[in-house]
Amino acid sequence: MTKSHIKVTINGKPVEALVEPRTLLIHFLREQQNLTGAHIGCDTGHCGACTVDMDDMSVKSCMTFAIQADGARITTIEGVANPDGTLSALQEGFRMMHGLQCGYCTPGMILRAHRLLQENPNPTEDEIRTGIAGNLCRCTGYVNIVRAIQYAAAKINGTPFQEAAE
Amino acid sequence: MIPGTFDYHRPTTVESAVALLMKLGEDARPLAGGHSLIPLMKTRLASPEHLVDLSAIEGLRRVEVEGNDVVIGAMTTQHSVITSTVLAELVPILRETALVIADPQIRYKGTIGGNCANGDPGNDMPALMQCLGASYQLTGADGNRLVPARDFYLGAYETALEPGEILTEIRIPVPPAGHGYGYEKLKRKVGDYATAAAAVVITMVSGTCTSASIGLTNVSETPLWAAEAAGILVGSTLDAATVDAAVAAAEAITNPASDMRGPSEYRTKMAGVMLRRALERARTRAIA
Repeated sequence: MTKSHIKVTINGKPVEALVEPRTLLIHFLREQQNLTGAHIGCDTGHCGACTVDMDDMSVKSCMTFAIQADGARITTIEGVANPDGTLSALQEGFRMMHGLQCGYCTPGMILRAHRLLQENPNPTEDEIRTGIAGNLCRCTGYVNIVRAIQYAAAKINGTPFQEAAE
Repeated sequence: MIPGTFDYHRPTTVESAVALLMKLGEDARPLAGGHSLIPLMKTRLASPEHLVDLSAIEGLRRVEVEGNDVVIGAMTTQHSVITSTVLAELVPILRETALVIADPQIRYKGTIGGNCANGDPGNDMPALMQCLGASYQLTGADGNRLVPARDFYLGAYETALEPGEILTEIRIPVPPAGHGYGYEKLKRKVGDYATAAAAVVITMVSGTCTSASIGLTNVSETPLWAAEAAGILVGSTLDAATVDAAVAAAEAITNPASDMRGPSEYRTKMAGVMLRRALERARTRAIA
């Protein structure tokens, strides 16, 4: 099997590796790089558990070949904490607002929410809900995920977090 | 799920991509966003021996106005269509349509050219392109040719593309300022293909409809340009009887399959409902 040489930057760290062209990015991350935070949920591009950030886009890594990422910058859940190791605003939001139960969807949710807040720092509830429409959660009913993202937006913007009315 | 083995090519010019596709023949497939092809490869419904990735061809990502046309490079992503201020101003129905395609992640990768060239009757852009009177620039070994979207679709996954040809650009005549538009899509959930969908563009002068065009998505083997239905609207005030007649004419040309989205008769009726809603929205947006 012919392998190809790729160079990527993962969580700020340059990485060089040999991959088969058919190796999916999720398998490359999990099995060759031991970054098991991004999950394989449906394996069909529907659930979003495998979402990572690639060149400022939220990407489903089960629907992308690693070789397509040659030259790209990739951020996974392992790279989102603050440099001093404390939780990022989004991670803190998911913890404080109870935005997860089983946690399977959480890495994908946080990476997607990260890009959403980069593009729209002060989203409405509706914009959050359509913004995470490619990520499925089977536990929470999404209410606390929306709150978690609102919490993070408020923290990043330095504005007080308003609890949504019940 | 792991695809079969293949060789990967990433040319940087259209010419080299065409040369590769010509040389490799039927064993090669062009790769755009990959969100139709890669799922097929994972389930082994497709097993190309070569993928020719078009993503490194810079010239295919442009959005520009040329004369009375807006020209969109084939590798322009749905996300770029949604965020383009030029398109939002000149052809806002593109944004409205792109927003109901798949989900945010897929729109970052999925391209307008892939959506139009794939020939999947479930794709949303083809009926819109027929509605807008767009043309596709196809590039092959002998250069470029321009094919109207209304002539491009021959059957499910069957298009006018010849072996080795790539859809490189989409050319859309800019609709008149003040036109009304609407894209209405019925789907079971986010990410689903349409049960039925309708694209409408109209112009109104003093309360009278002076031009109309209608495209229908996923209610036949190909997208449908509902010329007769649109013709019924022209010259009317879009009164109830005229709209009923146009909806009936549009429903009459549909031929949807019965599938998990519903029986054929239901999907035909839903095409009519989507047309009514798109038309109503277009009417409220048109500056008469």
